[in-house]
Amino acid sequence: MSAIPQLSAGSGPDPAYALVASGNLRRRQAKSRAFEVVTLAAAGIAVLMLLILVYYAASRGLSQLSFSFLFGTLPLLNGSVGPLPGGIGPALAGTVELSLIGTIVALPVGVLTAIYVSEFSGPRGRRVVETYLNLMAGLPTIIAGVFIALLIANNLGQSAIAGGLALAIVEVPLIARASLESISRVPGTLREAADALGVARWRTVLGVILPTASNSIVTATILAVARAAGETAPLLFTCTLFSQNYAFNPLHSVASVPLELFSLMESGDPQAVDKAWGAAFLLMVTILIVNILARVWLRRSERKRGL
Amino acid sequence: MSLSDLPIETAVHPRPTGARPRLRLSDRALAPAIEHAALTPEVVRAPQVVFESRDVSVNYGEKRAVEHISMDIHRNKTTALIGPSGCGKSTFLRCLNRMNDSIPGFRLGGELLYHGHNLYAPQANRVEVRRRIGMVFQKPNPFPKSIHDNIAWAARNLGMRDNVDERVERALRAAALWDEVKDRLKSSALGLSGGQQQRLCIARAIAIEPDVLLLDEPASALDPIATASIEDLIHELKVTYTIVIVTHNMQQAMRVADRTAFFSLDETRIGTLIEYSDTDKLFSRPADTRTHAYITGQFG
Repeated sequence: MSAIPQLSAGSGPDPAYALVASGNLRRRQAKSRAFEVVTLAAAGIAVLMLLILVYYAASRGLSQLSFSFLFGTLPLLNGSVGPLPGGIGPALAGTVELSLIGTIVALPVGVLTAIYVSEFSGPRGRRVVETYLNLMAGLPTIIAGVFIALLIANNLGQSAIAGGLALAIVEVPLIARASLESISRVPGTLREAADALGVARWRTVLGVILPTASNSIVTATILAVARAAGETAPLLFTCTLFSQNYAFNPLHSVASVPLELFSLMESGDPQAVDKAWGAAFLLMVTILIVNILARVWLRRSERKRGL
Repeated sequence: MSLSDLPIETAVHPRPTGARPRLRLSDRALAPAIEHAALTPEVVRAPQVVFESRDVSVNYGEKRAVEHISMDIHRNKTTALIGPSGCGKSTFLRCLNRMNDSIPGFRLGGELLYHGHNLYAPQANRVEVRRRIGMVFQKPNPFPKSIHDNIAWAARNLGMRDNVDERVERALRAAALWDEVKDRLKSSALGLSGGQQQRLCIARAIAIEPDVLLLDEPASALDPIATASIEDLIHELKVTYTIVIVTHNMQQAMRVADRTAFFSLDETRIGTLIEYSDTDKLFSRPADTRTHAYITGQFG
């Protein structure tokens, strides 16, 4: 009985049970570490790419920012030598208009889709619509452009409305999915409370569910607008025939930042390429800032509501 | 659909307070509904039956939750449903205003009459049923709106648009909450304490002038002080309303209820009504051995 404590006390740690790496452990640990390094490198590259992008756009585009760049009419890219006057004013205005048209169409469609799925359709309808929305969110955006071109632009001519509709196709699944998620997070007890008060379901949707989910829906919409503002492909066949001056008529094409960026870059004129960097920087920074602000605002308002 | 189109409107049983607004919360003590009722001879003879349950059973899909429930629930009384967990007392309560309808597979057997009308008749409108039979839930569930809007919202939606502020005040006074919140009606209801939120939910329910209030363990999420204030409230409210309360707390049933129904599981492990009588009698001289075992703490 007393032999065991005596043994360990008298002769120190048993070398047979030493806690240092033995066998192939060293090799296995090295592999593990190597794997960790590879994943770290991948993560580093992902982050670095954004940083490099921001750095390049900032270093080459920041110097372009000026009043005449922001508000001047588009430069004439006719290959003439000499200074290239002009800015991206009409393109900025056009992008605002296009996003607005797209959102006016996409917001009700997206939110009503989410309401239908969460409040009225059965689980089967929900699966079908959700799958459909996921597919639509992954749709190459140029398909949206081709679709609207075949449907509208080729018959009625290109216009801001056609471009806006193509952007709406991009926005609908984004708005619908985010709205669905936030509506689904409205506690069921609130629906029960409204039911028990003898209020019809559509009233409950308008009076309780939408107001409770509104912050997330607004955020989702802002993110969708930011996405639409940066889209090029949907506009390629629907809204390209614009002049260099300010134009607002939605029945005609309006300029847009992504397309103007494309033209500036394509021209090969070094001054135009510089302006393209300026436009790229502006577009990127605007979208980044909008994204960050929207997410911060959403986080804060949700915390306030205890969601 | 206008409310008067609904078949449930044509009362079979005498509704002595008839067309005039039945609810007068502000001077409740002076003009309680029971006094009007006492004027009509039919009411003097026997207690008026609000709910008549005839061999009611509930199935969720294949699974039977409760069965063989036959009981009358009387007007302007507080009726408590007690029993161990899973005995179907909440299920039965939620049948009384059709809150179970949205649960997949829900099926009701037997007959459930409300003032003589079948609650589950094809022409009985679910939304109308709930307008007449309000409910307060276990956990306070105020809307994320202001205190005022929590109460005014449903009333407005149901077409009670006149004197909304007055209606809000009457409901809050009736729920014994007015003095605590009168200076902050515009602030969020989510800032109230649990007990205040629950009284707000009661105020919200009575603001639309229901006939019956169903309370599903209304105090189980509250501390003893808040519980006491809810119980006081129940005593005051039964003058105007018929109250059915589910509670797992026997002392609470003894304190608030005129009549008590004891639910438990039968031999086949299905919830059923074991005994139903006046509260005094049920707790002092239970007729069933299972009731006796439960109220003396031998199980549950």
